[in-house]
Amino acid sequence: MTTFLPFTAADVASAVEWVLSEEAPVEILGHGSKRGIGRPAQYEHAIDLSAMSGVTLYEPEELVLSAKAGTPIADIEHLLAQNSQQLAFEPMDCSRLLGHDTRGGKGGTIGGAISTNLSGPRRLKAGAARDHILGVTVVSGRGETFKSGGRVVKNVTGYDLSKLMTGAWGTLGVLTDLTVKVLPAAETETTLAIRGLDDETATAAMALAMGSSAEVSGAAHLPYGVTERVASDLRGADAATLLRVEGFGPSVASRVETLKTLLANAGRIEELTDRGSRELWREVRDCTPFADGTARPVWRVSMTPSEAHKMVLALRMEAGADAFYDWQGGLVWLRMEGEPEADLVRRLVRQFGGGHATLVRASSAWRAAVPVFEPQPAALAALSARLKAEFDPKNILNPGRLAAGVDSATLAQATEEKTS
Amino acid sequence: MTGLAMPKPDSETMRRRDDIVADLARIVPGEGVVDAVNEMRAFESDGLTAYRQLPLVVVLPETVAQVSSILKYCNDRNIRVVPRGSGTSLSGGALPLEDAVLLVMSRFNRIIEIDFPNRCVVAQPGVTNLGISVAVQDEGFYYAPDPSSQIACSIGGNVAENSGGVHCLKYGLTANNVLGIEMVLMDGEVIRLGGKHLDSGGYDLLGVMNGSEGLLGVVTEVTVRILKKPDTARALLIGFPTSEQGGQCVADIIGAGIIPGGMEMMDRPAIKAAEDFLHAGYPLDVEALLIVELDGPKVEVDHLIDLVEKIAHRNGQTTCRISTSEEERLAFWAGRKAAFPAVGRISPDYYCMDGTIPRKELPKVLAGMRELSEQYGLAVANVFHAGDGNLHPLILYDANKPGELDKAEAFGADILRLCVKVGGVLTGEHGVGVEKRDLMGEMFNQIDLDQQMRVKCAFDPNHLLNPGKVFPQLRRCAELGRMHVSGGKLPFPSIPRF
Ligand SMILES: Cc1cc2nc3c(=O)[nH]c(=O)nc-3n(C[C@H](O)[C@H](O)[C@H](O)COP(=O)(O)OP(=O)(O)OC[C@H]3O[C@@H](n4cnc5c(N)ncnc54)[C@H](O)[C@@H]3O)c2cc1C
Repeated sequence: MTTFLPFTAADVASAVEWVLSEEAPVEILGHGSKRGIGRPAQYEHAIDLSAMSGVTLYEPEELVLSAKAGTPIADIEHLLAQNSQQLAFEPMDCSRLLGHDTRGGKGGTIGGAISTNLSGPRRLKAGAARDHILGVTVVSGRGETFKSGGRVVKNVTGYDLSKLMTGAWGTLGVLTDLTVKVLPAAETETTLAIRGLDDETATAAMALAMGSSAEVSGAAHLPYGVTERVASDLRGADAATLLRVEGFGPSVASRVETLKTLLANAGRIEELTDRGSRELWREVRDCTPFADGTARPVWRVSMTPSEAHKMVLALRMEAGADAFYDWQGGLVWLRMEGEPEADLVRRLVRQFGGGHATLVRASSAWRAAVPVFEPQPAALAALSARLKAEFDPKNILNPGRLAAGVDSATLAQATEEKTS
Repeated sequence: MTGLAMPKPDSETMRRRDDIVADLARIVPGEGVVDAVNEMRAFESDGLTAYRQLPLVVVLPETVAQVSSILKYCNDRNIRVVPRGSGTSLSGGALPLEDAVLLVMSRFNRIIEIDFPNRCVVAQPGVTNLGISVAVQDEGFYYAPDPSSQIACSIGGNVAENSGGVHCLKYGLTANNVLGIEMVLMDGEVIRLGGKHLDSGGYDLLGVMNGSEGLLGVVTEVTVRILKKPDTARALLIGFPTSEQGGQCVADIIGAGIIPGGMEMMDRPAIKAAEDFLHAGYPLDVEALLIVELDGPKVEVDHLIDLVEKIAHRNGQTTCRISTSEEERLAFWAGRKAAFPAVGRISPDYYCMDGTIPRKELPKVLAGMRELSEQYGLAVANVFHAGDGNLHPLILYDANKPGELDKAEAFGADILRLCVKVGGVLTGEHGVGVEKRDLMGEMFNQIDLDQQMRVKCAFDPNHLLNPGKVFPQLRRCAELGRMHVSGGKLPFPSIPRF
């Protein structure tokens, strides 16, 4: 077992070259805060990017920031905050949910945030990590260093490999440097909490709010009881449907009034401002209600917003599950009482309009037994496998982490089917 | 570019033309196949009209099954295919090839579903960009990306080009507003990426398809996000004595945390052309004219108008008008929107470029352009998506004068080289196509380009879909797949390992 701790992109390239010559699987990691997500696999070696740290370019007026892949998200957010800017996609910090001890409490690296594309509540309005990546430098599984994109926000020169690397979980290449679009942070924010709605009514209320011109930048629903598991100013166990409005002071005030009028008949409305609001959304982002120190299975399911609560209802007919919703209802966090029930969850997701379910937390035995990421239909799986082979022909980078589906074995199978 | 080298026509395909026409007519019965030369003329070029080529045959399918059959048929017989939407590409993306089937998606013109609770529209790819906004406008919704060609260009073409528009600074490009697609691969397989939910599972193939210029697959359905129209929109029309001041004003607006709905700049020649054409009341004594549009709730817009006005003042504006009515706001925009035809009026031909630069480099790039303009003896007018640094220099020339097109193209290439040199890119929204194909080496080295071509190999290993576009030189997939693994020694003993 060799763990490389590279300082430069050239170090990374030579480490990959060596691994390549050994034809041995290698784990790619930053702080390791999301290590517990994905199929458990045996890696012979590791490339630890945490020493590749530092912001290399930051021009607030151009809305652009470049950093080495191992730069802590916390450092970047701190720097941006000094200029009243932010990463608008609200990268999730998984450490509490997964109970990982991350170095110095730093919630992961920018490389990890991009590689996993785990975006928070504002994804609904501002887009995901993949919508904010502008350029990357990557060492592929061929040991070659390539770049894609650039440092300007508008660019259609060549295929968008930056997006492809986003959410690839380190299986296509090792990110060494990346450039993201940054955006102004809101001057102020207010969250309205409508109390006491059931899931269906809450879904309708969120759709109404999102369909208004109030520019809601977060729409979540914490059902009865879940509310008690956030350390916020919300009082009591009653369900809370949360609507966040951000922006310039006078604008926030006016949009909050618009929403109150719109939802006047929905239920009792409470207001959280600035700090209270920010903390609440951080807890929604990080799935704090299910950060219970256990390994009970937790699913992250993305579905059509109007359909998700129906899936949850149907699921509860057959299995014990706790749930709360983000993204206008379309992102469901599920904590199962017993087994992950992967087949059941995925069958119901398909039945209610489709989407994808990721088993973000489970014991390694379960993660080995059921697909952690949504299995793809045959043609798409074959295409993904071909793509993996074009970036990592020897299947050395995080092999098997995404799915048993995206590795050379399946690829061979896919190619066989094609030729037969 | 005039000496553009396209892939050598395949003589076997050319020889079998009659059979191919007959076979395609069986797949798409009725009016679906066009093979008469006079009828094919309508398709011989796209928005880059300097280039013309008759296709082998034109086919206009109506169903996904037909698209799948056509592609499979062509794949099995090694026949090239060029997809086309409305043919408004400004980079020659839809330019036909002599030996290729031109697959025109214009009959896919239905909106399949409007879903207000989930704020999305599912449309066939031939629906026009504006058609989507029109379909939802009665409920007060719209589709945000708004290329100037929006009355004509198709949503499928928008996906293929990842098109932008004046509202993209605040609302994003096509890629940021498309939730899902259905597409057909060259071997006829139909796949779906994304849907009404957010983020497609697995690799972000949807992200790669946006801007793939018809080289990876044929888009047969698109699901887009729609947004509620802002309550109000107001604009400021601000003049500056120098482009530096205009540029600094833009930087300060963004530095103040304001992301306007639109922020456009014009230089003196563009202002003059627009004013002569429309008499919009643009000031003629300024070097840079900035239109800043703020949209949102009325109180927000009023608040920001004040802030922007102060910033403009600090930056030495010499004229600043603020719209007080919808008519006035539209009048401010009229000149900018008509900038292309206005320039078209003062010159027999113009050539529209599309580089993006870091905004702060604007003065340097404008100065460089003035020098080049003198050197080439051709005038240039600039319109500029100022917020995101996307420049549209319009080079004025006369195609009837021998050599002028060549000169205009050489001038354009030099402008793009300049953009890349200051940290920018070759194309912000119009695509590479054939136009910038041979300039790709300015931005990417061979390793970068090879990796992009390997993506192509995963989708279309025989290079049958839209060949001759985007990549200066196509390399065989087998050759690209070869690996050169160096010896087994531990590299760089200095890298810490444990
Ligand atoms: C006057 C004018 C103004 C313009 N303004 C803007 C602007 O403001 N912003 C901007 O971004 N662009 C602009 N454009 C460029 C152009 O309109 C866009 O690139 C548009 O998206 C092209 O759409 P189309 O349907 O015409 O595609 P086409 O020109 O037909 O094709 C463009 C490319 O897409 C591929 N393609 C088309 N349909 C499909 C499909 N269904 N599946 C797969 N591939 C497909 C083609 O192969 C080709 O490579 C402008 C063009 C003109 C003429």
